[in-house]
Amino acid sequence: MNIVVLVKQVPDSSAERSLRTDDNTVDRGSASNVINEMDEYAIEEALRIQEAHGGEVTILTMGPEGASESIRKALSMGPDRAVHVLDDALHGSCALATSKVLAAALGTLGADLVLCGAESTDGRVQVMPHMLAERLGIAALTGARKLTVEGGSLTIERQTEEGYEVVAASTPAIVSVWDTINEPRYPSFKGIMAAKKKPVRTLSLADLGVAPDEVGAGGASSAVVEHSKRPPRSGGQKVNDEGEGGVKLVEFLASEKFV
Amino acid sequence: MAEVLVVVEHSGGEVKKVTLEMLTLARELGTPAAVVLGGPGTAAPLVDKLSEYGAAKVYAGESADLDGYLVAPKAAVLADLVRSVSPAAVLLGSTQEGKEIAGRLAVKLDNGLLADVTALAADGTATQVVFAGSTIVKSQVTRGLPLATVRPNSLTPAPAPTTAEVAPLEVAVDDSAKLARVVERKVEPKGARPELTEASVVVSGGRGVGNADNFKLVEELADLLGGAVGASRAAVDSGFYPHQFQVGQTGKTVSPQLYVALGISGAIQHRAGMQTSKTIVAVNKDAEAPIFELADFGVVGDLFKVVPQAAEEIRKRK
Ligand SMILES: Cc1cc2nc3c(=O)[nH]c(=O)nc-3n(C[C@H](O)[C@H](O)[C@H](O)COP(=O)(O)OP(=O)(O)OC[C@H]3O[C@@H](n4cnc5c(N)ncnc54)[C@H](O)[C@@H]3O)c2cc1C
Repeated sequence: MNIVVLVKQVPDSSAERSLRTDDNTVDRGSASNVINEMDEYAIEEALRIQEAHGGEVTILTMGPEGASESIRKALSMGPDRAVHVLDDALHGSCALATSKVLAAALGTLGADLVLCGAESTDGRVQVMPHMLAERLGIAALTGARKLTVEGGSLTIERQTEEGYEVVAASTPAIVSVWDTINEPRYPSFKGIMAAKKKPVRTLSLADLGVAPDEVGAGGASSAVVEHSKRPPRSGGQKVNDEGEGGVKLVEFLASEKFV
Repeated sequence: MAEVLVVVEHSGGEVKKVTLEMLTLARELGTPAAVVLGGPGTAAPLVDKLSEYGAAKVYAGESADLDGYLVAPKAAVLADLVRSVSPAAVLLGSTQEGKEIAGRLAVKLDNGLLADVTALAADGTATQVVFAGSTIVKSQVTRGLPLATVRPNSLTPAPAPTTAEVAPLEVAVDDSAKLARVVERKVEPKGARPELTEASVVVSGGRGVGNADNFKLVEELADLLGGAVGASRAAVDSGFYPHQFQVGQTGKTVSPQLYVALGISGAIQHRAGMQTSKTIVAVNKDAEAPIFELADFGVVGDLFKVVPQAAEEIRKRK
């Protein structure tokens, strides 16, 4: 089974993040950039499937030059190779345009299974797998906390508001995974060394047959018109518990009409 | 006035609160029209409630195909409806299903998508809160109509009674939309507590709660306040409480009137899920815990002393 894992580089969610003031895009210089955390679970799942069923695992990333760092990191976990969609015209692309580019790239890779994280820590939108499935005409199984592969049939279990559901599809398909699905491995020293030599192919928009005006800020289907820092919440009253803490808490709740 | 389509979120024959919020919002943008998508018989029990909140029309798409597969058939029916009525805007809940339908709709219509909005103005400008609640963004769709997913608890639903006209929708689902088949749906009993993302009060416990058994304290306070129970990731990872109750960046985003954090340090990824709560209260034994930076009221102390005392005090006052 040939698997492609979508990996996105995002600004570290533990650090202060912001949007740029010149073009309203994510400021990649303001925080260190890391692999979107949930994507590591997708990589882990791909490697486990490969261990059980064979085939190749390819990392697919769309992003600026600096994303190559995350690609090496992803490869150090064990995947075989990577494809980096890199083109200056992509800067400022909306989700819709991103899905067009990734769908075109996936079209050239012919994967049986596409895996990705359920959401990214910067956008948190969760739409990408369904956008890709819609474009490629394949099934999308989203938010998996468990994935079972048997030949060409895939079954996932996913959490719902009411409980959980079991959903099935045949390959080719895209599956997004939640961070409850597994425990990602740490890259070994050997893995890190091997990653340096693994093939990373760069694809431009021209290679994919996507016109530059379909992507980027110019081709965006939505636009940020302004942004501002939210005034930080200021801490309010803080009391030390000297035997009365619980009562004081309730007095506050009562003053705010919660009790 | 043009119609504003509101895709109805429902569960167990009841309209979910986020739908009432969307209908309230839709009234500012045009004439609200609710769209019910589900198996046969789904719409009937929902119509009264939708009328009460101002839905002039209820489009009822009912078919076993809408229920038996993941979102793709729903998106197909919705796309046909949008093409035929040319609404002023389309609103969906910012829930897993709402976002997934919206994503497919955006591709089908080649239409921009505004995700997770907390407000939408009549001119189509949406407000979003991003990066762990630190940044406010105003954005617009520049291709197509305003298509937005609305974050639950972003506004207070207000009734505006009317009598909705029910319009059945033709449902013809192509095989290409039937690729992800729902094999089984398990409903897990969740008791009388309100749903986490909809609750007006949320009481959450963190690693400081110590173990699963102690979470009874958190539950007790939640019940006394009529709230839902939440948990930090550290509490979930330690097995104190189930994952579906996790609040934060990789869990649920909540925006209640009152958020109570017990034994939670207030890491940025936790704040991402609760920062927009109206009032925040924290109990933590570490006076330096970052949670106090955002708490309107904080008690520095041992939660095992403070919480039982607070519970007792609430009982006394009832
Ligand atoms: C990509 C990513 C995503 C993440 N997503 C999430 C997420 O969705 N949600 C989330 O919550 N976290 C998330 N985290 C983890 C987050 O960084 C923190 O590790 C986590 O929130 C800590 O949980 P905590 O506050 O319960 O535990 P701790 O940070 O260990 O804090 C426990 C607190 O309890 C206090 N305490 C201990 N005993 C008592 C007592 N007896 N009485 C009173 N106070 C006591 C301590 O003083 C301490 O402040 C994520 C991290 C990453 C990297």
